[in-house]
Amino acid sequence: MRHLLSTRDLSRDEAIELLDIAEDMADVQLREVKKLPTLRGRTVVNLFFEDSTRTKVSFEAAAKRLSADVISFSAKGSSVSKGESLKDTAQTLAAIGADAVVIRHGSSGAPLVLAQSGWIDAGVLNAGDGTHEHPTQALLDAFTLRRRIHGSASRGRGLDGVRVTIVGDILHSRVARSNVWLLSTLGAEVNLVAPPTLLPVDLANWPVSVGYDLDDAIDAQPDAVMMLRIQLERMHAAFFPNSREYSRAWGLDDERFARLRADSIVMHPGPMNRGLEISSRAADSPQSSVLEQVANGVSVRMAALYLLLSGEKGE
Amino acid sequence: MAESYLIRGASLADGTTSDILLDGGIIAEVGTGLSAAGARVVDADGLIALPGLVDLHTHLREPGYEQSETILTGTRAAAAGGFTAVFAMANTAPVADTAGVVEQELALGDAAGYATVQPIGAVTVGLQGERLAELGAMARSRANVRVFSDDGFCVSDALLMRRALEYVKAFDGVIAQHAQDPRLTQGAQMNEGALSGELGLAGWPAVAEEAIIARDVLLAEHVGSRLHICHVSTAGSVDVIRWAKARGIQVTAEVTPHHLLLTEDLISGYDARFKVNPPLRRREDVEAVRAALADGTIDIVATDHAPHPSESKECEWDAAANGMVGLESALSVVHASVVENGLLDWTDVSRVLSQTPARIGRIRGHGEAIAVGAAPEIVLYDPSASRSWGTADLAGRSVNSPYLGRTLPGRVVATFHHGYATVLDGAVLETAEIAAAAREARA
Ligand SMILES: [Zn+2]
Repeated sequence: MRHLLSTRDLSRDEAIELLDIAEDMADVQLREVKKLPTLRGRTVVNLFFEDSTRTKVSFEAAAKRLSADVISFSAKGSSVSKGESLKDTAQTLAAIGADAVVIRHGSSGAPLVLAQSGWIDAGVLNAGDGTHEHPTQALLDAFTLRRRIHGSASRGRGLDGVRVTIVGDILHSRVARSNVWLLSTLGAEVNLVAPPTLLPVDLANWPVSVGYDLDDAIDAQPDAVMMLRIQLERMHAAFFPNSREYSRAWGLDDERFARLRADSIVMHPGPMNRGLEISSRAADSPQSSVLEQVANGVSVRMAALYLLLSGEKGE
Repeated sequence: MAESYLIRGASLADGTTSDILLDGGIIAEVGTGLSAAGARVVDADGLIALPGLVDLHTHLREPGYEQSETILTGTRAAAAGGFTAVFAMANTAPVADTAGVVEQELALGDAAGYATVQPIGAVTVGLQGERLAELGAMARSRANVRVFSDDGFCVSDALLMRRALEYVKAFDGVIAQHAQDPRLTQGAQMNEGALSGELGLAGWPAVAEEAIIARDVLLAEHVGSRLHICHVSTAGSVDVIRWAKARGIQVTAEVTPHHLLLTEDLISGYDARFKVNPPLRRREDVEAVRAALADGTIDIVATDHAPHPSESKECEWDAAANGMVGLESALSVVHASVVENGLLDWTDVSRVLSQTPARIGRIRGHGEAIAVGAAPEIVLYDPSASRSWGTADLAGRSVNSPYLGRTLPGRVVATFHHGYATVLDGAVLETAEIAAAAREARA
């Protein structure tokens, strides 16, 4: 794999291969010595134009457990916050010999621009770009779902027939986009539920069903419900009236949670607004996979880095 | 003594073949077998002669943004594209909102000599959309301004727009509106539709253009004024303008070459060369603006030539500047988009790229049919040529062309302005030579 820019262009076989390697990486995490020598001498740069401690720490842990050298640039306190261009930053990273660049950027498409630019030869891994994609988040969500459903028999399998409902701000969510493409590639049926203002105006090309009513979606007994973080600033741009109305109509409260099947999985990419899009009872229940998602994130990112860096220089 | 030119054997737009003699500051003779005595002969066998092209919408960037373009470099680009007059948009620094700035632009254009530079005045002070600029002073200045526009910004305040439309009636002016509702397009990055949703780019909905056009044609009807709509880009806008014209409202409209040829799917790779405002639209919109140009609903083609330095395009999509250079390629793009498929013939091309823009802008000495006594503004175009578009085909300071690497038909072989050549054998002539010819023509 040369780059990992989106889940949209992953084939089913590529996705399953990555998830299977993540299983191997997860096994390593159970050993006493968690570190593999695989990427010794390789340099991974974390280039974060947007703040995200959670994702950055996860990528750092993944790279270090593969014995790579890790350099982190973040928006605060470095030149990237002072208006230095993507091009100049990329050329600097090329000069210091980066083998892979993990990029988080507020502008949709920035990882693709970097990968196609010729400014740098390194593999590019998209750690979230604007409102476009967040492929490793979707991969860790798929990994988590697969483990919950297939357990130790997960290797080699997709998510065929699994019914997943994604709820919340679809319009601005890169997590939703990456999950829509990946989950459907893996055979899942994806249902989106949101206020009409927070859905793109034209979803004709998306492999999903769409509804506005969360109660209908709950009553359909999905295998998993993924709640997205809602940003309260959205109410100032008239996407919805206020947090109370949003929560009442589109929050996974205790009552809705109680109506789910006992084996329905409750997911959230974090960080959660407890009491807003998800109740604490739902978030902390055994049905919740929130903490597993975090742990699985490291395994999935190890797999992505491994595929990017082991395939590239002809081993 | 200024040189005279005998253009030998050119095809005129109506299909006839003729010699054309440029002498004494006019088209002196048109006919077959004209004498070449004392004149420099230009062989125009197989070439189409059109009246010099007139662009109602050019960004020349001077004063203020000379790293992108200057009046000299921009008019070189104009000459390369067969243009003999360009209307210079007001979004310079300082803004062209006083008589002093527009007279300075006029003088720089005259001195450069590649094309007539006709300044457009700002509608509001500093393009701020708050107070009317000194429209009358600009109209009565040596620059003789008749077109006023806040282009880049929409005059979104309905009352201010009404007053501007009314006020310029005093001197037969026209307001050229950049139709874009600012609230509906906050942060907008591309056409809103299926593709913007997939790419995660904030949408620029068609209705933000159409709603302003609908409001403005009604205002123009109410006050009996002339209104011009810049860069029409959607099928819905075409419907509104068609309705307004049927009602007898004095509205004219332009479409850019890029909106005639390119569609939004080019944006899939986030290549900022395709970032422009209004954005590239759907295939259905391209078909609609083509049909509207053919049936006269859209009156003219105007380039919206918008030069930017490379760093404004070599970056992530959100950070990139809007705009494309378009003067050099305009005739070839019109050829590719509406002539090759038979929607327009060459008479129509001379109407939409020369006669009508000159009439809307009330500029004299341009847009006249090729005939004895007319202004000696002529372009010779080789319709059988074809070229892979490259930076060598650009003559301005910036290279943000969306056509690089694309094959386009035709080639401008020669351009004549004020009776002297600015382009010969497909090459733009030297700066000093043109400046001298311009001085001589004025003398
Ligand atoms: Zn404009």
